[in-house]
Amino acid sequence: MTATLTRGAERIHAAFERAKQEDRAAFMPFMTAGYPSAAEFPAVADALLAHADLLEVGIPYSDPLGDGPTIQRASEQALAGGTSTRRTLALVKELRARHDTPIVVMTYVNPIYAVGPRQFMRLAQDAGVDGLILPDLPPDQDLEIADLAAEHGLAVTFLIAPTSTPERVKLVADACTGFLYAVSVTGVTGAREGTALGEVPAMLALAREYARVPVAVGFGVKDAATARQVAQVADGVVVGSAFVNAVGAGQDVGALAASIAEGCRR
Amino acid sequence: MSLTLPSYPQPDGRGRFGRFGGRYVPETLIPALDELEAAYREAKTDPAFLNELDRLLKEFVGRPSPLYLAQRLTDHAGGAKIYLKREDFNYTGAHKINNCLAQALLAVRMGKRRVIAETGAGQHGVASATAAALLGLDCVVYMGAEDIRRQALNVFRMKLLGAEVREVTSGTATLKDATNEAIRDWVTNVRDTFYILGSVVGPHPYPAMVRDFQAVIGEEVKVQLEALEGRITPDAIVACVGGGSNAIGIFAPYAYLPESERPRLIGTEAAGEGVESGRHAASVAGGRVGVLHGSMMYLLNDDEGQIVPPHSISAGLDYPGIGPEHCHYSETGVAEYVPVTDAQALEALQLLTRLEGIIPALESAHAIYHAVRLAKELGQGGVIVVNLSGRGDKDVAEVMRLLEMERDQGLLDKDVEQVIQEVLA
Ligand SMILES: Cc1ncc(COP(=O)(O)O)c(C=O)c1O
Repeated sequence: MTATLTRGAERIHAAFERAKQEDRAAFMPFMTAGYPSAAEFPAVADALLAHADLLEVGIPYSDPLGDGPTIQRASEQALAGGTSTRRTLALVKELRARHDTPIVVMTYVNPIYAVGPRQFMRLAQDAGVDGLILPDLPPDQDLEIADLAAEHGLAVTFLIAPTSTPERVKLVADACTGFLYAVSVTGVTGAREGTALGEVPAMLALAREYARVPVAVGFGVKDAATARQVAQVADGVVVGSAFVNAVGAGQDVGALAASIAEGCRR
Repeated sequence: MSLTLPSYPQPDGRGRFGRFGGRYVPETLIPALDELEAAYREAKTDPAFLNELDRLLKEFVGRPSPLYLAQRLTDHAGGAKIYLKREDFNYTGAHKINNCLAQALLAVRMGKRRVIAETGAGQHGVASATAAALLGLDCVVYMGAEDIRRQALNVFRMKLLGAEVREVTSGTATLKDATNEAIRDWVTNVRDTFYILGSVVGPHPYPAMVRDFQAVIGEEVKVQLEALEGRITPDAIVACVGGGSNAIGIFAPYAYLPESERPRLIGTEAAGEGVESGRHAASVAGGRVGVLHGSMMYLLNDDEGQIVPPHSISAGLDYPGIGPEHCHYSETGVAEYVPVTDAQALEALQLLTRLEGIIPALESAHAIYHAVRLAKELGQGGVIVVNLSGRGDKDVAEVMRLLEMERDQGLLDKDVEQVIQEVLA
């Protein structure tokens, strides 16, 4: 881990710390940039930001193999509407002008390589992005991305899963500078049936042994009840597909966000 | 003689061929890939595994496949001798079965009773379903809706063999999307499922493992050519490239020889309606370095990293990337990659059928087309080996549709004789 924290990492840690002081798990809603359209996205993001400790914005991608049908379809719709990598960063920049809440960007690696890693980081920094979540980049695949992110003030988040061995958990935890993302299930994103915590406690116990950053849990959290369960064991709760579904169905995402934020209280 | 599996100097310990390859996948899969790598390493030198694979390749697949001198094609081309490595003779009709049986045996060895596969032309799906039936495994095959339409015969074969065929409608509804779905299934069911990957793509160790299982093609060519021509090395080898497994299978045994002993290795990429048209699947000629399905390779993607939908007349070549080892061969000059269009492949299919009585797969027809050109260039005394990766039964209905459509639109206002003359001109 870098000796001095980047600006992004500091802001992310502060957000987790504030939630902790208030005896809550940090609440991190996710939304695909440009969904349901580039024009409507800012209002959706505002509604989420009104209740969020951090906001996760996804760069729409043509082949999101870590995502289930909900986010995949949202990506397709956003791309069809003209939102992709550069446009996403521009949308974040607009949000940044109105909000001080930390914003992390979720992106598959190919958009980073296509734009050029240095150029991508420059654009992200300029947009006011605080951190990156990289779902298809195990940290040992590319040691340069994390360094470049740090150079540009950005934190990085990698993921662990229930299948991760202790060695992998250590390796991933060591590489994370923002927070560690623990995937609750073996599977892709998506709001699921059932509320059992399953393998989460065991995975978190392992994560806590190694992580020097907060640990958030995501995949499958969909309402206040599931958030409440996760909030008992995790520093942060990530909720994605449930919000994408709500937007797709024309529901009030602000109300859903308020209710799930409430569920994050301990 | 019992089977041995080759050991090549590439990839490196991190699964890289030069800068290509690697493991760009969700963390969930990393332990499974480690487990697979370890199981493969063990199996590779275990006589029990090798003997069983050897027996199945001989008795079930029908190996070795013939190396056939295509005399009438050679005469018409008017230059180097053209030999066909007849992977179309394999049981189930293509080279895919070599790899599928080996991976299915590995699945059994690892105690996995459920296998999944992705398929474009359906050949890999049929081979996977066949191996699963033979070994008593549950099998799910992901296939794009567009390919289900183009390859109805193979869809039925898979179902007859007891596999479940899952239609994929996302994205372009072709091989790339079927592969996405297969990976998603694997991420979800990784603990009890073996993913039988169909080409030399995907995260490490797949590109290396699939190559090793397909290298039997090139190894046989060495022995057969020695008997027929008194030399193990032809002047050139031509093979079509989708993901690149049939090509790597015939290239790899030669690719690591010293340069002076190496034949020209030529991969034919699907140029669709022409590389300049933007409607093609030629990743070397028309792509740039990117990451898809877990590995870094030449890839059709735009300047923001979105995958550009590929196009090819042939479902098996309709893939936006090309295996990382090919990328490395291309970058280091070990092999060349040339584009061949839909129209050229269709012509070559008719040409080979008329001259030799062999209906090739549309995929293989891409290689035939270039071999005819190359024969002239190399001239008399030269020897070319073409990997005839599969037979055309699966494509006959689609070819009929295309030819009738062209005729109806007045595009193909000529008979096949005329086509042959044009191809040879
Ligand atoms: C007959 C045949 N040849 C070639 C291919 C292309 O695959 P690869 O390049 O991996 O050999 C396919 C794929 O379906 C095929 O069925």
